[in-house]
Amino acid sequence: MFRFLVRRVTGALVILLIISAITFWLFYAVPRDPAMMSCGKNCTPENLAQIRKNLGIDHSIPVQYWYWLKGVFAGRDYAGYGYCDAPCFGYSFANNVPVFDTIMDRLPTTLSLAFGAAAVFLVLGVGAGMLAALKQGKFLDKAASSASLLGSSLQIYFVGYIAMYYFVAQLGWLDQPSWTPFTDDPVAWFSGLLLPWLVLAIIFTANYTRMTRSQLVEQLSEDYVRTARAKGLSRANVFFRFAWRGAMGPIVTVFGIDLGTLIGGAIITEQTFSLPGIGRLAVKSVDQSDLPMLLGVTILAAGAIVFFNIIVDAVYALIDPRIRLA
Amino acid sequence: MTSTDQQPFLSVRDLKVHFSTEDGIVKAVDGLSFDLLKGKTLGIVGESGSGKSVTNLAILGLHDRDRTAIEGEVVLDDKELLTASERELERLRGNKMSMIFQDALASLSPYHTIGKQISETYRKHTGASKSQARARAIEMLRRVGIPQPEVRVDDYPHQFSGGMRQRAMIAMALVCDPELLIADEPTTALDVTVQAQIMDLLKDLQQEFGTAIIFITHDLGVIADIADDVLVMYGGRCVERGTKKEVLRSPQHPYTLGLLSSMPSLDHPVDVPLNPIPGSPPSLLNPPTGCRFHPRCTFAEKVEGGLCSTEQPPLEVTNGRGSACHLTADQRAEYFSDLAGSAAN
Amino acid sequence: MSSTTPLLDVSGLTKHFPIKGGFPIRRTIGAVQAVDGLDFQVAEGESLGLVGESGCGKSTTGRLITRLLEPTGGRISYRGQDITHAGRKQLAPIRSEIQMIFQDPYASLNPRQTVGKIISGPMEINDINPAGGREARVRELLEIVGLNPEHYNRFPHEFSGGQRQRIGVARALALEPKLIVADEPVSALDVSIQAQVVNLLQKVQRDLGIAFVFIAHDLAVVRHFSQRVAVMYLGRIVEIADRDDLYGNPRHPYTRALLSAVPEATVRDEGEAGPERIRLVGDVPSPINPPSGCRFRTRCWKATEKCATEAPPLVQVEGNKPGHLTACHYPETADVPATVPAPRLAKDPEAAA
Repeated sequence: MFRFLVRRVTGALVILLIISAITFWLFYAVPRDPAMMSCGKNCTPENLAQIRKNLGIDHSIPVQYWYWLKGVFAGRDYAGYGYCDAPCFGYSFANNVPVFDTIMDRLPTTLSLAFGAAAVFLVLGVGAGMLAALKQGKFLDKAASSASLLGSSLQIYFVGYIAMYYFVAQLGWLDQPSWTPFTDDPVAWFSGLLLPWLVLAIIFTANYTRMTRSQLVEQLSEDYVRTARAKGLSRANVFFRFAWRGAMGPIVTVFGIDLGTLIGGAIITEQTFSLPGIGRLAVKSVDQSDLPMLLGVTILAAGAIVFFNIIVDAVYALIDPRIRLA
Repeated sequence: MTSTDQQPFLSVRDLKVHFSTEDGIVKAVDGLSFDLLKGKTLGIVGESGSGKSVTNLAILGLHDRDRTAIEGEVVLDDKELLTASERELERLRGNKMSMIFQDALASLSPYHTIGKQISETYRKHTGASKSQARARAIEMLRRVGIPQPEVRVDDYPHQFSGGMRQRAMIAMALVCDPELLIADEPTTALDVTVQAQIMDLLKDLQQEFGTAIIFITHDLGVIADIADDVLVMYGGRCVERGTKKEVLRSPQHPYTLGLLSSMPSLDHPVDVPLNPIPGSPPSLLNPPTGCRFHPRCTFAEKVEGGLCSTEQPPLEVTNGRGSACHLTADQRAEYFSDLAGSAAN
Repeated sequence: MSSTTPLLDVSGLTKHFPIKGGFPIRRTIGAVQAVDGLDFQVAEGESLGLVGESGCGKSTTGRLITRLLEPTGGRISYRGQDITHAGRKQLAPIRSEIQMIFQDPYASLNPRQTVGKIISGPMEINDINPAGGREARVRELLEIVGLNPEHYNRFPHEFSGGQRQRIGVARALALEPKLIVADEPVSALDVSIQAQVVNLLQKVQRDLGIAFVFIAHDLAVVRHFSQRVAVMYLGRIVEIADRDDLYGNPRHPYTRALLSAVPEATVRDEGEAGPERIRLVGDVPSPINPPSGCRFRTRCWKATEKCATEAPPLVQVEGNKPGHLTACHYPETADVPATVPAPRLAKDPEAAA
């Protein structure tokens, strides 16, 4: 396990390094000057140079990247802002706030949204998939299959607005989506996120229903399941301890990827429900050519995916003893 | 089968197993009867699609009940199994009757240790404690010849070799001293030297526990080694039955004869080509009319009136010996003698 | 080319599959010694049987000969030409002369191609245009393997297992090969069908003069089909001889044990002496770390110190006819019954490992 972690974390760092370098290079591949944008109307060459110096972009691209990297690991000194402690992801070009602080500020929203929705769609999706597998070919199975086909063809912005219109504006069953930190008011936190969770879950549940069903159907026809029945074990026992055990692997894999993606920014969801999360931050930073912010968000998104990949592999090994971690 | 003073331990009467599929009804087993005495071994011979495996899954009630229509009687020790409830069957499976399968790697759970898989069977049926069941699992592994059982008990199936996995499966099947063991091609996937080990083991264990065994195989050599009685299946029906000696030495059905003479043996003259059965096994979706073997039978034309293609020959059994063929006894004596002679010796 | 040059000459053929591992930097930490120093020849038109149990390296050998795998060491020459490490271009003309038949008639035919397309495939790839056209040739081939030429446009799923294996044979014959490597060609088939395919292969071998390397675990089938037979154990040949010598006078203890384990469909009367029964104990050791000296010694009832230290060479031991080679320090003799001790499970280090 230790070897596995060391190897995978090293690999993850290399990936993040490559991603940050590519983002850096891509940013400058587009001809625009962030200093120009801050400089405003009455811009003199002197002002411009000063702004460049303050922002830390008065060097060639590789050197800038090097400083940025150094900042992340060791901290760095900004002409305009003073010393910035590690992990320093720089200051936003747009509003001169430290990138790291902004992200940390926004992260709880995104995490709440992601984990809450994940809990809902995992329970609903796997549950429906299990029922469908148990009642293969019967009404329940067909109903679940049709529902999942419908669900997977829906789009968040569409379902989101419809749901807001009916459940919030017309019927008043749910609260208008909003963000309240959990520590401030747990009830408001919950009621503000309930609608986004449900809407996200509708889209994702379908996938899990289908996957759970097909995995279970496949596992139930395996020889070892038959053997377990031949030993006298009950249907329920065989279903949960044998078939479900075998079906879990692929579901965990996809779940890990989905979770990573959601944390990297459920951009459309956050836009639809006006939630101040990482996704909206990402959109804004692109709009404003805010390189440090963009880099920070990108690293977070990539890091989340890489992180959950490692977790998935470790969980996989726990489920299936044939897989050895090395 | 031949002795009359003993009640059969397992009695199957006119068993029919039909599956409904999208293409129609598959008559996997179509009227099968046999008896099995305690401590005896019945060998069931047949090729793919002969219904031999389906029969045995049906005895254990492991067929898919939603899609299968079953008729007939299966009586195990005075208990009718086909009408028994799922709970009653669960109490019998792994306890009074158990089964071992061909592919031990696929048939053992990859997610649980060997010891766990053996002991959970034991606990389920005896209510033993965890430590008692573990001790029993180690004892069973030792009994089937696994070296260092107290260490290997915590291994997973993939850490065992092919032969050891089959031994572990036998240990699992016998952990509750079942009175009936169904072995579905247990040695087919194994190498010959390992196959010999496993067959010896099964024979030893049968002597020790007095288990009745149904041994399903396509290999007549294996049958000659292990069976007391033999039942030959073709296309979902029994075409011939009798003692091992009767069936292998003087086959009465052209199919049995064909099987025997198509198999190369270690003393078959090398310059004489093998004598294959022409054609392929029948489709059970749309089986041939009359005798299901008639399209492949070289003797079909010797029967007058084309009876073979119109009328199903009855299986007439006297003293456990019988075959289902329209040929007369005289015809068989005439046509089979030289062929059977060269095949059986 | 002189007539003494064998069609296929294999010497010291070795294939080790590397095992990666180690920490923190991954490297090769060992090897599966699948095939370890094979020497054999196949003459034109001859059938050589390769027998042995799973893991003995017989299939790997087949894949090395057809150069589907790259040998780690040794030499393969085909008609005197070294093809051990020949590249794609050099192999091209030889590939059409060496063909392969596979075990699984279901998996080795492309389900989306018609039979005609499957069989003419090799001709297309090698740009061969037989007189009368490819389709006529395919129909001829279908006839040779006992299928209806009218089935040219059918798909593999419309055929039974035995018929599919016939299609595989027809495909192998399409380029008029000189050598066919048949890897367990009948073991996936029903018993009643096996004989059909064996007879077909035998006909092909005789009528077309094609040499065969026939890989199988079924000793009776190999005996029936092959003029010469090599017995493999854990990556090495332990005995090679003409059919009659090998089956009639097995000198290697493993050959003898293997033969005695074959179940025969013969019923004996009470008290009638059965054939010799030698029961090997334990399992085949791992090819990653095979036993020193003679690889069979851990399961051999005759093994001594010498067997552990010295690998027996494959030679014509005393009492063997020419061409009958045995790799054993203490060869068996037919008139002395093999004395096999009682099972020694506890002492068997490999089975315990």
